[in-house]
Amino acid sequence: MNMKKFFAIFLAAMMIFSLAACSGGSTEPVAPADGDTPEGELPESTVQIHIGATGPLTGGAAIYGQAVKNGAEIAVEEVNAMGGIQFIFQMEDDTHDPEKAENAYNALVDWGMDMMMGTVTSAPAEVTAADAYADRYFFLTPSASSTNVIDGKDNIFQMCFTDPNQGSGSATYISENNMGEKIAIIWKNDDSYSTGIRNTFVEKAGELGLEIVAEQTFTEATKTDFSVQISKCQEAGADLVFLPMYYEPASLILNQANAAGYAPTWFGVDGMDGILTMEGFDTSLAEGVVVLTPYSADDESALNQNFVKKYQEKFGEIPNQFAADGYDCIYAMYKAATEAGIDPASMDHEAICDAMVAQFTSMTFDGLTGASMTWGSDGTVSKLPNAVVIENGAYVGM
Amino acid sequence: MSFLNYLVSGLSLGSVYAIIALGYTMVYGIAKMLNFAHGDVIMVGAYVCFFAFTRYGLNPFISVILAMLVCTCLGIVIEKLAYKPLRAAPSLAVLITAIGVSYLLQNLALLFWSSNPKVFNSIIPNESVEIGGLTVSYITILTIVVCVVIMILLTTFINRTKLGKAMRAVSEDKGAAQLMGIDVNTTISVTFAIGSGLAAIAGVLLCSAYPNLTPTTGSMPGIKAFTAAVFGGIGSIPGAFLGGLLLGVIENLAKAYISTQISDAIVFGVLIIVLLVKPAGLLGKPTREKV
Amino acid sequence: MNKLKGMNRTTRKNYLTYALVIAAYVILEAMMRGGGLKAATKGMLVPICAYIVMALSLNLTVGVMGELSLGHAGFMSVGAFTGTAATMCLQAAIPSTGLRLCIGIVIGAVAAAIIGFLIGIPVLRLRGDYLAIVTLAFGEIIKSLVGNVYMGVDHGQLRFSMFTNELNLSPEGKIIIEGAMGIRSIPKIATFTAGFILIMISLVVIFHMVGSRSGRAIMAIRDNYIAAESIGIPAFKYKITAFTISAAMAGAAGALFGNNYSSLIANKFNIDTSILILVFVVLGGQGNMLGSIIAAAALTILPEALRGFADYRMLMYAVILIAVMLVSNNAKIKDVLKNAAEKRTEKKLAKGGAADE
Repeated sequence: MNMKKFFAIFLAAMMIFSLAACSGGSTEPVAPADGDTPEGELPESTVQIHIGATGPLTGGAAIYGQAVKNGAEIAVEEVNAMGGIQFIFQMEDDTHDPEKAENAYNALVDWGMDMMMGTVTSAPAEVTAADAYADRYFFLTPSASSTNVIDGKDNIFQMCFTDPNQGSGSATYISENNMGEKIAIIWKNDDSYSTGIRNTFVEKAGELGLEIVAEQTFTEATKTDFSVQISKCQEAGADLVFLPMYYEPASLILNQANAAGYAPTWFGVDGMDGILTMEGFDTSLAEGVVVLTPYSADDESALNQNFVKKYQEKFGEIPNQFAADGYDCIYAMYKAATEAGIDPASMDHEAICDAMVAQFTSMTFDGLTGASMTWGSDGTVSKLPNAVVIENGAYVGM
Repeated sequence: MSFLNYLVSGLSLGSVYAIIALGYTMVYGIAKMLNFAHGDVIMVGAYVCFFAFTRYGLNPFISVILAMLVCTCLGIVIEKLAYKPLRAAPSLAVLITAIGVSYLLQNLALLFWSSNPKVFNSIIPNESVEIGGLTVSYITILTIVVCVVIMILLTTFINRTKLGKAMRAVSEDKGAAQLMGIDVNTTISVTFAIGSGLAAIAGVLLCSAYPNLTPTTGSMPGIKAFTAAVFGGIGSIPGAFLGGLLLGVIENLAKAYISTQISDAIVFGVLIIVLLVKPAGLLGKPTREKV
Repeated sequence: MNKLKGMNRTTRKNYLTYALVIAAYVILEAMMRGGGLKAATKGMLVPICAYIVMALSLNLTVGVMGELSLGHAGFMSVGAFTGTAATMCLQAAIPSTGLRLCIGIVIGAVAAAIIGFLIGIPVLRLRGDYLAIVTLAFGEIIKSLVGNVYMGVDHGQLRFSMFTNELNLSPEGKIIIEGAMGIRSIPKIATFTAGFILIMISLVVIFHMVGSRSGRAIMAIRDNYIAAESIGIPAFKYKITAFTISAAMAGAAGALFGNNYSSLIANKFNIDTSILILVFVVLGGQGNMLGSIIAAAALTILPEALRGFADYRMLMYAVILIAVMLVSNNAKIKDVLKNAAEKRTEKKLAKGGAADE
């Protein structure tokens, strides 16, 4: 009995400690992401903007959050080195869970965020975007592509394509280029990104008269073995398989299809980017895969070369589309903030939000993931999806 | 594709579950604890083999041995630090600690090896042979062979050696075993060491068949394998083998003939029915209630 | 004061639990009204309440009934989806958010109770680890079925379909549950006060049940199944009653949880959530309701309090979890406490409560 009592007291003490740490302790200094420009050295008139972000930094979806964080950190360093507006960047872990995302968002509010570089994945972003809309924080998501993130919210913007955009864009592209007669789809039916693209693809394919001969699904719990799905597509005689999913399961599908001797045209969307840079991946498996992606790490522009070089130096990996989205978000926010004359010292976050919204809907931005990007008042980005085909382990424009 | 082909692909998935289930069932049978961290030890084993083989180009055989050594040591350390102090505690306390260890391993892996997926270059060529019109990949054949070999070795070890006898005694009755002069603590530690060594082999085979390695690679197969172990009768070594194979086959047949959307629900549904008919699993010993 | 001394230890402990919960509510509510709470703390109040109710619910199954359930998140899922769908459908009909939330929670509880009863019939015939794995299986089945449900409202009519969206809604129709994408654009109507009331109701139900004839019967079954049956206690009847009540509480907690976030997905209620709730119960002590409450609150706050550790956050969480389990089960510490306890009980001569093993 008394063991229990001791334990209850111990736990209670722990809770009080945690509560204190939570409510009182959040004033703890959070170092700016750029360790080498201490705040003290800057002139007093320097504009400092606190940018908050959330994304999965631990757990199964950590690949995406980590990539965005890395890309954004490089951009923040560069922006701060330019000596104009100074960004202080803080990314909180949401473990790809809407509940934790809300906690992360609240932690950022307490931290004193001025604007938000969104949430990385769709399901948690729906929650944080709703909060940011209610609280009037400017919100630009790097990669949450669900339309529900932006629907009816004037201050929520996307750097990536929306799911319908990708779904119908893929169907149109396939139809226009006569890429396949019989189409199969493999999608992850417990994931909103994958389901969202699949739904609009099927709808558009119906309009365009594309024949869908097989639809196969998998879930988080069955994302290792695809032999049945692959042979079903093969049996149905599909000559093109549409893969609206991230590159991790896609790499397994390519591998297993190769073992089964099945070689249709594979068609992927932006989540497929990154497949070539997985350590140890046999890129010959991805030969001939068509990807509708706004970004390519092989792009020869000086902007991209600089980014890829810095990324490799700092993190030892080749950046994927998520990292590029994170990088672009910071620069887009930098451009808008500079042009709109944002200064948190004299503006509260609501005023910043209004000014940024006005700026975003009127400006044109060139970034890694597209040139001359503009944003509509509904928050969607307009940029051209690039269809690339993988040849000899590299993207080649089509 | 014919029914037989689905059966074969089910067997290849099942053989991976089976080899993981062997480790689960052995630890459960002797230490009477659900080692939820087993799946994560598998992940560590796969990473060690990945670094040794793919990144540093060591001989595949040496890489596997190295992975086994590392996992065995890891198993011993985990057991010493986290489970041994709880020998007298209620079994649920140990279960929670195992979950803590599982979180710990996953997050350590995340810090050390980053979240970027690694593609495991199979140590066996990713090719298939034709046997009577069926295509069977070498990995499947190897996994099943390794599984059978391990099963035979384990059964012989437990039935024929002195240490095995001690394990059986501990499994039957800890207190009585101690009175007979068996060092219960050491016996359980050895069980963990063997289970973790097996986990390394399971990790290598899992990632050879499904070459995708992230810090969470082990968790879902771990839960599936645990289900397989219960299916076959937890604690029974041939049961784990049978349960694993059946689970893989049922999963693939459900995907092929019913629906890929709810194949999980079907697998678990079959499990429930089996347990209602045979409450101790397929090959489990029915426990008689003592009054 | 004399009255308090006259009570037995269980009753006193029950009153202590009530008192502490009320005190915590009053303090936090006052702080919230006064603006003294950070956004992070405020945002966690409702989920903490939901998790506390979940922990109490599971404690009824694990602690009082002595059966390990690994699928409790399934009941939470049923409650969350039915409860949230209900409040969304009634949005136009009932303008009062409080009443709507109340109806949603009741519907969530009833739906989960029905599912709990149906699942309980086969499950409760099993024992021990096999029961645990079957509840895990049911939890996973619920998760994958809920993730494939489509539901919409069209001219006051509810429409359902499975696997694909075949609702054929007219333009005025509104889709409520959209398969894997779950429920979206949920108005956040859950409040801390509602959560507090739910905790109090759960406590009353549990304490009443544990102290009643059926509670004693259930604990007799837990402690010795055969002896209990032999004296004519209908074990199955009592067990299924307790299991259904436990499921209903989980459903209510789910409905509260679902109405607190603007989107709800089926994948949230997976085995990890079931296990997390089990951790609350084991850490707080099986059968110890106050312990469950404190553990649920502490472990929900802990990962948030560790945000300062940045990348090492979840690592710290794992280390703390292991350390707490080791310390709380350490034989030496237990001995020291036991000796101290014996000295005190010698003075008091009060008898221990049945609920504390």
